[in-house]
Amino acid sequence: MSAAEVTAMPEGRGGRMTRAQIVNAALALGLIGFGLGAWAMDETFLVTLATKVAILAIAGAGLNLVLGFGGLVSFGHAAYFGLGGYASGILAHHALNYTAMFEWPFVFEGTTSMPVIWLTAMAVGALAALVIGALSLRTTGVYFIMITLAFGQMIFYFAISWPAYGGEDGLPIYVRNGFPGLNTLDPVQFFGLVCVVLFAMLGLISMLARSRFGLALQAARQNRQRLMAVGIRPGGVLLVAFVISGAITALAGALYADLNRFVSPSMLSWHLSGELLVFLILGGTGRLFAPLAGAGLYIALEHLLGGVSDHWQFFFGLLLLGVVLFARGGVIGFLAGGKRHG
Amino acid sequence: MSTILLIEQLLNGLQSGLMLFLMAAGLTLVFGVMGLINLAHGSLYMVGAFACAGVAAATGSFWLGLAASIAAAAAAGAIVEVAVIRRLYARDHLDQVLATFALILIFSEGTRWLYGSFPLYLNVPPSLSGSVTLPGGIQYSLFRLAIIGAGLAVAVGLFLLIGKTRIGVQVRAGEADREMIAALGVDIRRLYTLVFALGAALAGMAGALVGTIQSVQVGMGEPVLILAFVVIVIGGIGSIKGALVGALLVGLTDTMGRVLLPSIFGLFMETSAATSVGAALASMAIYILMALVLIVKPGGLFGARA
Repeated sequence: MSAAEVTAMPEGRGGRMTRAQIVNAALALGLIGFGLGAWAMDETFLVTLATKVAILAIAGAGLNLVLGFGGLVSFGHAAYFGLGGYASGILAHHALNYTAMFEWPFVFEGTTSMPVIWLTAMAVGALAALVIGALSLRTTGVYFIMITLAFGQMIFYFAISWPAYGGEDGLPIYVRNGFPGLNTLDPVQFFGLVCVVLFAMLGLISMLARSRFGLALQAARQNRQRLMAVGIRPGGVLLVAFVISGAITALAGALYADLNRFVSPSMLSWHLSGELLVFLILGGTGRLFAPLAGAGLYIALEHLLGGVSDHWQFFFGLLLLGVVLFARGGVIGFLAGGKRHG
Repeated sequence: MSTILLIEQLLNGLQSGLMLFLMAAGLTLVFGVMGLINLAHGSLYMVGAFACAGVAAATGSFWLGLAASIAAAAAAGAIVEVAVIRRLYARDHLDQVLATFALILIFSEGTRWLYGSFPLYLNVPPSLSGSVTLPGGIQYSLFRLAIIGAGLAVAVGLFLLIGKTRIGVQVRAGEADREMIAALGVDIRRLYTLVFALGAALAGMAGALVGTIQSVQVGMGEPVLILAFVVIVIGGIGSIKGALVGALLVGLTDTMGRVLLPSIFGLFMETSAATSVGAALASMAIYILMALVLIVKPGGLFGARA
């Protein structure tokens, strides 16, 4: 996986789309088509399922920036996801109870406005990623994996033992937060909003990957010595990527809290960090659309296998083991062929 | 806070630290020798606990159960090594993480399938039930004391095994240079299976002993696995000595933090607030310890490489 190239999609010859671009377009249309089709048939549950896929894909996209492009195996991204969720839950909690969050040094009220909540969630995620990243990036390889996992657990246990916001029981959001001009309680409107956020984030990551910063980030994965030789400090590039990644994943967490109208420590659990990694490997590590392909496949399997057996995770484990051992490259690698070098 | 309570908690910290050492020793050996990060180590801990509960319930003997836990975990470790883990040595860490994550799903869900979600309880063997009076008039559970003794005995045995025996020489040589000892005629595949099974046996034993104090249930291995990661990050990956020091530090910090922090905050806060702040901080104490160690020594206390 480490030898694989992750570059922004190369332009196809003569204006024709490459196979990877066709697969990406199909994935995007598939998600939108599924959501709208379910809405047309009045299957509210399936609209919600498609929304869940889109939100998890945003979270995976955040992780993909550091894992696929920067080569950092972060096993603690549930921390940012959960912090984003709690940012949403806590702001809404205060707004709905008409209590100020804190009154010193200035009065800070809660809010139920999504744009404000999103910015707060991203700021919280970025700040946490800055602190955790600055400490974790002192190490590499397997140490980095274990340390990001451990910091994720630290926040998980803190959320469980801190009683002010529900502790182990979690925090309900009684009314879904609002977005100017939309009725977010309508499933298809919320689905549309989430899709816009998803494609905006994927566009942002694609743009970042093509920029000078993105090239330096990919170079940091491939060979840190060479990057240093051209005068760029890898630590700084990786930390910036880690912070952006934390912010994107936190945004997904805020949306997820609104989808379920509930936040609990399970959003911070290490299982979720593992699942985010699984999305990327199922989709095809380092591909821009890997998180969408992976999250879609995972939710589809959960839904289909879950209907057949209560123990679907057993079979999912076997499948995942098979993919890791024998089918490297994931869904997009299978559909779009090997990656180009150069 | 009375001195007696304090000493009692110190002993509890020592006991949980030694059990953590049994887990961390296997993890750190497997990483040191084979370069593999094994998330499924917690599953082997669970296998040991379930084997002990099953055999003890069937035969009525805790000791047979304990022997079964070690045998079952070692066998499960050897089978997993041959079937799956062996293919992962040459892969990158991401593949290792995902494959062993898949193993956790298989083990946990498989166990839930066989035994259901309800916790099982093990009885302390009659010869070790009750409590003893330690010098100074402290009443302490005999079984916990026996666990401390067993943990210390295994630690000494492990140091002798690694330091003094032929297998230990091969293991240490394997950490230093894999290709070279293969070239010298050591069957490296068998050595890897052996190391993995040894680590699994230690995890299984810890699972059975801790399962007797607490309960035996699906998912019991995961919190311990993450604590064991913290231990080997603090101690330095690949170092048995680091694992022992790290395990004792983590065990004592965790136990003492939970007892002391709420009462320390109680000195200048009202009781209910002190309890919640203290409990929240205590749950983070070991991670703060880990962050401090990393700032001072990024490679861990006894680690060779970072």
